[in-house]
Amino acid sequence: MEANKHKEPFVRIVKRDRIPLWIALLIRLAAILLSLVVCALLIYLITHSNPIQVYRSMVDGAVGTGRRTWNTLRDTMILLAIALAITPAFKMRFWNIGAEGQILVGGIATAAVMRCCGDSLPTALLFLAMIAASLAAGLIWGLIPAVFKAHWNTNETLFTLMMNYIAIQLTAFFSIVWEAKKGSGTIGTINQKTQAGWISTSFLSDIFGNFNYSINLIIVLSITVAMFIYLKYTKHGYEIAVVGNSENTARYAGINVKRAIMRTVALSGAICGFTGFLLVSGSSHTISTSTAGGRGFTAIIVSWLAKFNPFVMILISFFLVFMGNGATQIASEFQLNESASEVIIGIILFFILGSEFFINFRLIFGKHGKEAR
Amino acid sequence: MTENAIELKGICKYFGIVAANEDVSLTVRKGEILSLLGENGSGKTTLMNMLSGIYYPDSGQIFVDGKEVTIRSPKDAYALGIGMIHQHFKLIDLFTAAENIILGMDGKSPVINMKEVLEDISKLTDRYGFQLDLNKKVYDMSVSEKQTVEIVKMLYRGANLLILDEPTAVLTPQETDHLFEVLRKMREDGKAIIIITHKLHEVLAISDRVSILRKGRYIGTVDTKDATALSLTEMMVGEKVALNIDRPEPKHPKKCLEVKNLTCRNKYGVKALDSVSFTAMGGEILGIAGIAGSGQKELLETIAGLQDGEGSILFTDPDSGKEEELIGMDPLKIQKMGVSLAFVPEDRLGMGLVGDMGMPGNMMVRSYRSGHSALLEQKKPRELSEQIKNDLGVITPSIHYPVRRLSGGNVQKILVGREIANTPKLLMTAYAVRGLDINTSYSIYHLLNEQKEQGVAVIYVGEDLDVLLELSDRILVLCGGKISGIVDARTTTKEEVGLLMTKHGEEA
Repeated sequence: MEANKHKEPFVRIVKRDRIPLWIALLIRLAAILLSLVVCALLIYLITHSNPIQVYRSMVDGAVGTGRRTWNTLRDTMILLAIALAITPAFKMRFWNIGAEGQILVGGIATAAVMRCCGDSLPTALLFLAMIAASLAAGLIWGLIPAVFKAHWNTNETLFTLMMNYIAIQLTAFFSIVWEAKKGSGTIGTINQKTQAGWISTSFLSDIFGNFNYSINLIIVLSITVAMFIYLKYTKHGYEIAVVGNSENTARYAGINVKRAIMRTVALSGAICGFTGFLLVSGSSHTISTSTAGGRGFTAIIVSWLAKFNPFVMILISFFLVFMGNGATQIASEFQLNESASEVIIGIILFFILGSEFFINFRLIFGKHGKEAR
Repeated sequence: MTENAIELKGICKYFGIVAANEDVSLTVRKGEILSLLGENGSGKTTLMNMLSGIYYPDSGQIFVDGKEVTIRSPKDAYALGIGMIHQHFKLIDLFTAAENIILGMDGKSPVINMKEVLEDISKLTDRYGFQLDLNKKVYDMSVSEKQTVEIVKMLYRGANLLILDEPTAVLTPQETDHLFEVLRKMREDGKAIIIITHKLHEVLAISDRVSILRKGRYIGTVDTKDATALSLTEMMVGEKVALNIDRPEPKHPKKCLEVKNLTCRNKYGVKALDSVSFTAMGGEILGIAGIAGSGQKELLETIAGLQDGEGSILFTDPDSGKEEELIGMDPLKIQKMGVSLAFVPEDRLGMGLVGDMGMPGNMMVRSYRSGHSALLEQKKPRELSEQIKNDLGVITPSIHYPVRRLSGGNVQKILVGREIANTPKLLMTAYAVRGLDINTSYSIYHLLNEQKEQGVAVIYVGEDLDVLLELSDRILVLCGGKISGIVDARTTTKEEVGLLMTKHGEEA
């Protein structure tokens, strides 16, 4: 009876209809734990040190001292700001992978104002000028691909990606034009003596005391709340959701799709530019091609994993930065090189993103595998 | 003697928590035409997809010629002589009929002997009486010719069991008759044929036996000679249903829309509508018939301001008598001019609704601009959602549940409910009952009649000629973007409309 043709497929992949929240959370948690086990194994194979020791130093590296905690928080805020910036564009299904470039041009604009007007403008005006310049630069960098997309339906992914390279070249160009010492190719700290345009010396820090990064914190958390309201409760936010869902429905509803695309991506670019301002004025006081440091791409993961919910993004940004800073600490403490921390982050991300597969699909083994209801 | 070509035993298939098929068993004999009847969503296509190797059953057995088999891919299905003709044809436009027929087959030698192939195929087409030019390119073919290519393709591959998924949905009555002749010849030749359909008169005309599915479950099989349209419907729906549509006499029809010489081009510059002129009256249902793609979509979308056109579209408010020209307007301008026009597009989730949003978000599609604040008005859309949910009996866990996850009938109720809520003067619907179950279809007809009695001009683009003939007051027939006739629905016949659908009109 059983002909040799009669064989069962070993495994089948079936899309899940819905999944209870707690199971989804459990799957994600399992993914993180599993990634830590794999990392521990890897570390043990290379260094032969006790993995628990290693993870202790990881926590130590991220939040071990007050300073490290603040660094972690500061980096979290930057990553969060970028994730918030790209969210409206992504929610509209405009694949803006040009955050890197938009951050850099925002940073260049900030640096330019700091250098040119640092001595001449009063502090309040100087900051206004820096912010305005960074917003405008990011806005333009976002608007260019948006205009082409809206009018000629160019591919925004390639376009924004190429805009990144232009921004990187521009940064390299200004690194030479503004170089601190002839031939060094770096700008060095801007306004080292006067500290003009540094968030840390500004009149604001008198209010907030020594931990001046709390200014970043307040600004970015305000953007978080504002973005939540903008996306959920405003007419613009509604248009973004409709255009992202179906352009035809948007046209049917009388939405000017071209204008919605340009407006939204311009906003996205402007906030990226503003993040450039936060980076240059708030922490590094200089600019180089590595100022954005790939965060424009990591932010995409943050935004997607949070399903575009700004408040969830806070958690995810924190987690990724925590892991990143911890991994850097491991690398230095156990005499591994810089790439080791990237390997660890890569493994962790692999598991987190991979877990989404198991949230959306389930596997059935054999023919009579029971259906989980 | 009658032998079973195929036997299914206890087939189950689940999608998530939904049972698409649950414990389905049926048999098809050699030299028999079996109709598989069921409402939309009853699991007919899923079941057939398991025979053709697209899905794999979660449990159950399949026997071909009495032997148990496993069908893991379309290739396995071919090897077992099972061929399925899908609703959407899988042909390559740039190839000829013959090239499409042999595509993907392993020949004896690496060189194709086209002459031999043509002879082989011709023998096949002569045997069953197909009318097919084997050297014609697919892009030059009508829908019915493409379907013929698909059927010949399956026969050429040695199919002994043919499955046809809603084969008549895209055909005119005359083309349907011809298809049935061919199918009868194949039956005489000993082939087994399964035909999926929900048109009852076709079931009665062509099949030997009818198997009925309801909500994924097998209900039973009857001999066609013992069945009537009413008895089949009862098995299909599970309760008694009245099968006639009301058609109240129009009361004081008033001119509402006058279209003159409307021409509209598609993105390649080809005329999708060619100087179309007609009038739609308030208090009347104007049916629009035509083969799919004859310009129905373009006509409605141009009136709604979603496509550009040349000519004139004059809207007259039946109450105030105010006239507005709609050519060159977009939906926003039309709305701002105060023209109350409602449009239920063919692509419900792709054009009329936002799938990821709940009901309130979808109500806002028409109203989100109201008020001067930058914030959205939340309360009214929510109230309207509750009202539509109660009035039209929308089944949803909550009004905030994404409409994408609701069944087709509920999606359509939300869309029609929203459009009617604006008290329109002109209501345009495209394929308003496509994919809906019988009860929902009848409630939609009822809603349209209600609108008609309130003096609304209703334009109903339909594909089921029986319904068009019963529901409409007048029927406008489109053929190749031109009007080939406007007839009185009370006096015309199905044959007359069918002929107009294929008459590439010289006279209007």
